[in-house]
Amino acid sequence: MYRYPVVKLGILFLSLLCLVFAFLSSIAFGQYMISFKQAGMAFISFDPQSIDHVIIRTTRLSRAVVACLVGAALAVSGVLMQALTRNPLASPSIFGVNAGAVFTIVLFSTFFSVTSLNTFLWLAFIGASVAGALVYGLGSLGKDGLSPVRIVLSGAAISALFMAFTQGVLVIGQEGLDSVLFWVAGSVSGRDLALVLPLTPLFVLGMVFAMIAAPHINILLSGDDVAKGLGQNTVVIKVVLSLLIIGLAGGSVALGGSIGFIGLMVPHMVRSAVGYDHKWLIPLSALWGATLLLLADLVSRFIIMPEEVPIGVTTAVLGAPFFLYLARKGGRRG
Amino acid sequence: MDKLLRVRNRFMSFSVPWKSIFSMSMTLLVFLLVLMFSLSVGEEFIPFTQVILALSGHSDSKIQLVIEILRLPRVLMAAMVGAALASSGLVLQSMIRNPLASPDIIGITGGASAAAVCFLSFFASAFGLVWLPFFAIVGALLAALLIYGLAWNSGVTPMRLVLVGIGVSSAMGAVTTFVIAASPLATSITAYIWLTGSVYGASWADVKALLPWLCVSWPLAFYLARRVNTQELGDHIATGLGISVQRLRVVVLFLSVLMAAPAIAYAGAVGFVGLIAPHIARRLVIRSFAFLLPMSAFVGACLVMLADLCGRLLFQPLDVPAGVFVSAIGAPFFIYLLYRQRF
Repeated sequence: MYRYPVVKLGILFLSLLCLVFAFLSSIAFGQYMISFKQAGMAFISFDPQSIDHVIIRTTRLSRAVVACLVGAALAVSGVLMQALTRNPLASPSIFGVNAGAVFTIVLFSTFFSVTSLNTFLWLAFIGASVAGALVYGLGSLGKDGLSPVRIVLSGAAISALFMAFTQGVLVIGQEGLDSVLFWVAGSVSGRDLALVLPLTPLFVLGMVFAMIAAPHINILLSGDDVAKGLGQNTVVIKVVLSLLIIGLAGGSVALGGSIGFIGLMVPHMVRSAVGYDHKWLIPLSALWGATLLLLADLVSRFIIMPEEVPIGVTTAVLGAPFFLYLARKGGRRG
Repeated sequence: MDKLLRVRNRFMSFSVPWKSIFSMSMTLLVFLLVLMFSLSVGEEFIPFTQVILALSGHSDSKIQLVIEILRLPRVLMAAMVGAALASSGLVLQSMIRNPLASPDIIGITGGASAAAVCFLSFFASAFGLVWLPFFAIVGALLAALLIYGLAWNSGVTPMRLVLVGIGVSSAMGAVTTFVIAASPLATSITAYIWLTGSVYGASWADVKALLPWLCVSWPLAFYLARRVNTQELGDHIATGLGISVQRLRVVVLFLSVLMAAPAIAYAGAVGFVGLIAPHIARRLVIRSFAFLLPMSAFVGACLVMLADLCGRLLFQPLDVPAGVFVSAIGAPFFIYLLYRQRF
């Protein structure tokens, strides 16, 4: 862990560079290879005659943008969740938020033939909040509050519930499996950039608010009593955090379906680099989350060429060992 | 009258409230009613009297056929699957000392599912579907071994076991999703429906294949009842009372696999039974493992039979997998229970 602000700034700068590099690689590499130079040129001087440029503009760019947004949103919501619950294992997928959002989306797209991305967004918010509230409620009912095991167990139970409902919808609705799989397995491809861009302000706003809340989160982490003693209105902060979590996590599911473990892994990785100060933790998590998801997306293009591995599977393969490592540590802090 | 029934002789000794005995017999009655009802209702209604006649083999050949070949194996299968999953859940909950544990959450079902889905996608055409249960059981065993191995750190604590189990379960989930996404659509739909869990088209052969497993695992569970009860007092007390806690934990974990895996193998990944049946049982009888075990089994059996009944009747002519309704009944009830119990 590095303490000096200069070093932290250096890390921030390096992470930014990594993100740009990952973004460009994600645009350039795939089944159809494009050189970095062409990738850059596609933005500077777009040539409608060039196949490279058209591919970049129509499919690769939107994919990279979605991966960035979703990765950053998941990572930040993971940070916020871990802060809110004071629990190192909290994250959107563990919390059942993904499963809840996926269920509402699948339900409405099957029975009410909803297709617009905006509606999905609202549906995802509803599902995410219901599932999140259920898990939080169930997990905190007991005598000694939110322990890691209890959160994880109630999250797993609620996830199982919503997964079962999703399967039920599939079987009863006889809807094509493909559309359901898109949500269940997660994917960042096949989104039109024109549809995605209007949602960008939501993500940006969410992260800006998270940044504004950062000093307050630092205080909240010293415990409810201490925070109250320091003059903080803990209830307001907690409500704001919950809203941010639902916005960011729900929004990411609406865009990319259920992509697990980013929200769990990234905060831990960043914490080992810059420590517990949320003023650094939040922006760095956003950068690392975006980079990680871009790389995961890149990897999943190459494993079983010419087909693609669903990105949710790739992140689970990366994330499950990480979760096991955390769990073996006994679910203690840090 | 004395409130307790006391039995004390050379072989065993126990005392149990009459109330528990009463509710146990009531549950048995409900179980029989549901069984009869499942046999008589369906696409064609057969009155109770006819069902009884058919069961004793004195009915006309058409009804005989419907009951004996079509409905009875299916209903029995549902009952056995429910009972097995419920007992497995109870065993796990007692070992982990946490009411939220169950084979589907711990990753045992996940292992079986992953293996079964792999089998359906890659090997089914080469081997034939008969081997599906074998693969599922092996998958569940491997998952259990993996969970146990990863949770081992000079001994296994229940908490680590749960957390590792959930991690393994999501890894298995990823494998399952991957295989479904990577295989052609026709097989992936079969696989997906298998994942929901169904007793559709169960035959006598399936019933005969599942029964021996239960005949082994239940007596073993009864044999372990005392130790499990003691273990529930906590590791220190149990060790002080002469229980080898670690050894018991291995045995109990594999006992729960032994119960759940065959059921999952023959009926698919039916969820939630293992979670809620023990809860319901705990509200009905005293918290002693030997009494909870049969009670959970009956409750689980009723649940799956009812769910299968719903699946057959509600969306005719569609035959909706029982697993959907188990979750639909089970999940809200589970939330209510958690709310009431505040574990």
